[in-house]
Formats: sequence, C-alpha cells, structure tokens
Amino acid sequence: MVIGAQGHMASRGTIGILGAGRVGTAIARLAIAAGYRVKIATSKPAADNALIIEIVTPGAEAVDVAEAADSDLVLLAVPLHKYKTVNAEALAGAVVMDAMNYWSVTDGDIADFEIDDRSSSEVVAAHLNESRVVKSFNHIGYHEMEPDASTPGSTGRRALAIASDDTEAKARVAAFIDALGFDPVDAGDLAAGRAFEPGTDIFNGRFSADELSLKLHASLVTA
Amino acid sequence: MELGMYSFGDTQRNTDGSLRSTAEAIQNLFEAIKHADASGLDYFGVGEHHTATMPASSPGAMIAAAAAATTQIKLGSAASIIGTDDPVRIFQQFATADAISGGGRVEITAGRGSSVETFPLFGYSLEEYDDLYAQKLDLLMAINNADTELVTWSGTVRPALDDLAVVPRPASGKLPIWLATGGNASSSARAGQLGLPVSYGIIGGAPHRFAPLAELYRRSGAAAGHAPESLRIAVGALGFVAPTKKEALDRFYPGWHNLNVEMGRLRGWPAPDKRAYLEQADAPGAYYVGSPDEVAERIVHLHGYLGHMRHFLQMDLGGTPQDQLLESITLLATEVKPRVQRLMAQK
Repeated sequence: MVIGAQGHMASRGTIGILGAGRVGTAIARLAIAAGYRVKIATSKPAADNALIIEIVTPGAEAVDVAEAADSDLVLLAVPLHKYKTVNAEALAGAVVMDAMNYWSVTDGDIADFEIDDRSSSEVVAAHLNESRVVKSFNHIGYHEMEPDASTPGSTGRRALAIASDDTEAKARVAAFIDALGFDPVDAGDLAAGRAFEPGTDIFNGRFSADELSLKLHASLVTA
Repeated sequence: MELGMYSFGDTQRNTDGSLRSTAEAIQNLFEAIKHADASGLDYFGVGEHHTATMPASSPGAMIAAAAAATTQIKLGSAASIIGTDDPVRIFQQFATADAISGGGRVEITAGRGSSVETFPLFGYSLEEYDDLYAQKLDLLMAINNADTELVTWSGTVRPALDDLAVVPRPASGKLPIWLATGGNASSSARAGQLGLPVSYGIIGGAPHRFAPLAELYRRSGAAAGHAPESLRIAVGALGFVAPTKKEALDRFYPGWHNLNVEMGRLRGWPAPDKRAYLEQADAPGAYYVGSPDEVAERIVHLHGYLGHMRHFLQMDLGGTPQDQLLESITLLATEVKPRVQRLMAQK
C-alpha cells in the first residue's frame, strides 16, 4: 500500500519524480493539476517524505525509487552532483526527463562535467545507459513553472525545448509538456541540448514556440 | 512582529563605476547597525558573504563590535555558512558577543549559503556538502544544548570532542539558533523536526507561496513534540523604504541593477530588465520597496499566510548611497513599525 494513494487511476498516466526539491515539487503540482497520477521518491524511505508530499504536493504519492521508476514517464530532479547515486538499473527502459543543469558558478565544479564539452544530459545518459533520456524542463526557473503555465493556444504561451536521441520518447515528453501548460519545441538529438544549457539565451529568457524555434535554429547555424 | 534588516556589506562605487574600498563598506555597515539600534529597529543580521561587492565575511567579529556599540537591537548572522566553518569557533565568537551585549541579544542563523565560494576558500570539498552541513549543525546544537561547558561529540567531518570545554557559555544559557532556508521543503521539515526557528530567505517570486512550507514546518515540529511557541518563522527579503513609492523605487534600482549586472557577468545572464524589477517591487512580488504605508501593508498581508514573527530587509546592495540607507532604516523603524503594529492589532 502506498502512502497517500488515490482511490482511482488518473486517466493521463503516471509520472514518477525522483527528487522532492523545488523543481520536482513544482512539476508534481502541475502534473497533478493536469490529471496525471504522480509518485515521488527521494533517497529517503517513502514514509519520511509523506508529510512533505501531503502538504507541498497534495494528491501525489510518496513511494520508493523502484515504484517511481516504474512509471510512464520519470522526471529526474535531484542535485546534479548526486546523479551517480541514481539507480540506473531501476530506470532501465524508462523514459527519463532530465531537468538538471550543470551550473558551476552556483553549484561549484563537478569533475564529470568538466572533462569534455558534452551536454550535462549526455553525461547523465551515459550513466543511465539503458534509459531513454530526454532533456527538458531545465531552462525554466522552478518559481516560474506554475505562473507561466497556460492552456494550449494561449497568446505568447511559453515554450520548452526537448532534446533526445529517442524520437518516440520525445513525443511522449512533448505531450506531457503540452498537458502541463507549455508548447514543446523539438531541439533535435540529445547533444543539441547544449543550446539551452546555462549561459545560453534560451536558458536566460522566456520564449514562445516561434521564438524558441528561431533561437534553436540560430544556435545550430553558429555551432 | 519584529522588524529588521540584514546586510552582506555594500561596497560603494565611484562615479565611473569602479569599487571603493571594502574597509569603507564595513565601516558603513557598523554605522548602519548603530543607527538601526538608535532608531528602534528590532533586529540586524550580518553576512556571511565573501565578495568584493559584499564583503561582510566575518559576522562574529562584526557582531562583537556592534554588541558593544548598541543597547537594544538583536544581532545575528544572516547566515553563518556552517558547512565550511568550525561550529566550535562560531559558537565561541557569538557567545563572546552575547556577553558583550549584556546577554540575550545575540543569535546564530545557520545556513548552507547561496553560493559555493567558501568551499575553495576554506578548503572543503563540494562532494561533502550535505554531510558537512548536517554534521556541523548537529555539533553546533550539541554545544548550545550542553548543560555545562563540557561538550562530547563525534562525527566524520571534524575531529571528535571528548568532554572538552567550549567557553564562554551564553549569559542566558543558550543562544537562539535559527535555520536559514531558501524554500527547499526538506529543510523546512528538518527545522521543524529539530525544533529550531526557521528563517526564510525569499529573494524572488511571490512570498506567499511559502505558506505550504510554513505549514510543513509547524506540522513537522508538532509531530516531533516541539511546543508551538518554539516554532517561530522569520522572513528575510529585499526591500527599501522612502517617503514615497517613487523615491523608494528610484533609490533602490541603481544598486539592484549593479548587482544584477555583476551576477549576470558571472552567470551568463543578459542585462537586467527594469520591468522585472518593477514587477517584483509590487504586490505580490518579493521586493518590499515602497512608502511606509505600502511596506507595512505588504508585511502584514504576508503574515496572514506565514504567521511569521520577524520580517527583515536587505536594503543595501550594488552601492546604495549610505545616506539613503540610513533614511530607509529610520523609516522602517519609526514609520513602518508602528503601522505594522497597528495593522496587526486590527486583525
């Protein structure tokens, strides 16, 4: 029996969230509002998170990592320096959305992310080598997620970029992003995610789908 | 409701934009604390910050000096970055300042720090970030809660203490120790479980979104058996007071702009956007910039969500002129505070 389990299955599907920090909980609230069943796990036992989840993300369930990993989509939102503690085996085969950033000026240098110029999500994907990793949700502030979400077709609706080597996984994440309140924009393969990492215009700004597509195109031209 | 301010020190700028001395910033900070005390402000928090533009790196030294030069104001750190410092030394410095203050005016606020420059500065590894914080907080509490000066503690991030004396003891037995957090839910739960008062640093977004965290804090504390009156909340935010809203906006903006240019250079941000400033400076934004009426109303409005007992503002950044800072302090103490008390009494 999971803690806080709902008596019904939400129709949209199940989202597993690893990490109950500010990013994980903001996306959890949006997903619950959009009709998803949300399961949250951290490195602590589920019971230790029950009160946090009851109050901060009402409607979500506190579960262990294995159960969160066994969801239709999994959001990875733990401090990046802990990425190697994430259980790759539990996430084998899962569509994993990587919302993390390597931002050394605020978080300090992490050796794994300094050795080459791969995007941080490529380094994460090398660890989660049996998962279908999609980079997204990293270029919006946690405090902007709920105020900026809007219904499809809203004027100036904010867009979020997605990058992955897995086309089908990307399509599923695109549908999730749209349901949460943003226009998804395909940036290309996982390596293309560099175009919306810290220090880029996309990371620093707020853009509609048209604007974001132009920015992504410009970064491809200059790359 | 207690009203106060906090500062990381604010290095002044020449007309060409170049920085004046960090020593002058410390002298200005000392003057501001004395002025806040004389004006009737309830609380002043100092540092810890380690940059050329915000040089209040040593809260213990600053507070000891301030304790000798003030009579009524409470003095604390905002916050002490305990993961990269020695809790024994922090406690000794603050207990010393407490004795100088006459007893009962000095507090420690323990935090992780919002940036990581203390790790290379003091030779710590970021990989131990969580362990350092948790264990050193545990040690700081062990010292504070000890019945005598003799302390016994062991951990992995620091040599053990085996019945060693940590002196002086605070005049009233213990120092208030607050836990600082920027809004991570597990930090609120931890503060509640430990029964420590919590200090929220709210630097962007709508402050009332912290309401669930306040509830989490209180319920975590109650579940751990702590009395409701021991579970206190403070809020630190950016703000500035002037006779009119327009003057407040105009006086605070240049420093805000300078700070954001500096941080943008480090973090790859674009030029700061004045619209974002103006948006944050109006309800329900995070900046308490305005006339005494508006600032008082917004503090009391937030109290309806958080039930906090202290609201304190960072009013000097990016080279805020000292005379304008002192006027803002005067207005906060003599104009905002009575308005807050009146509005609270009407609730």
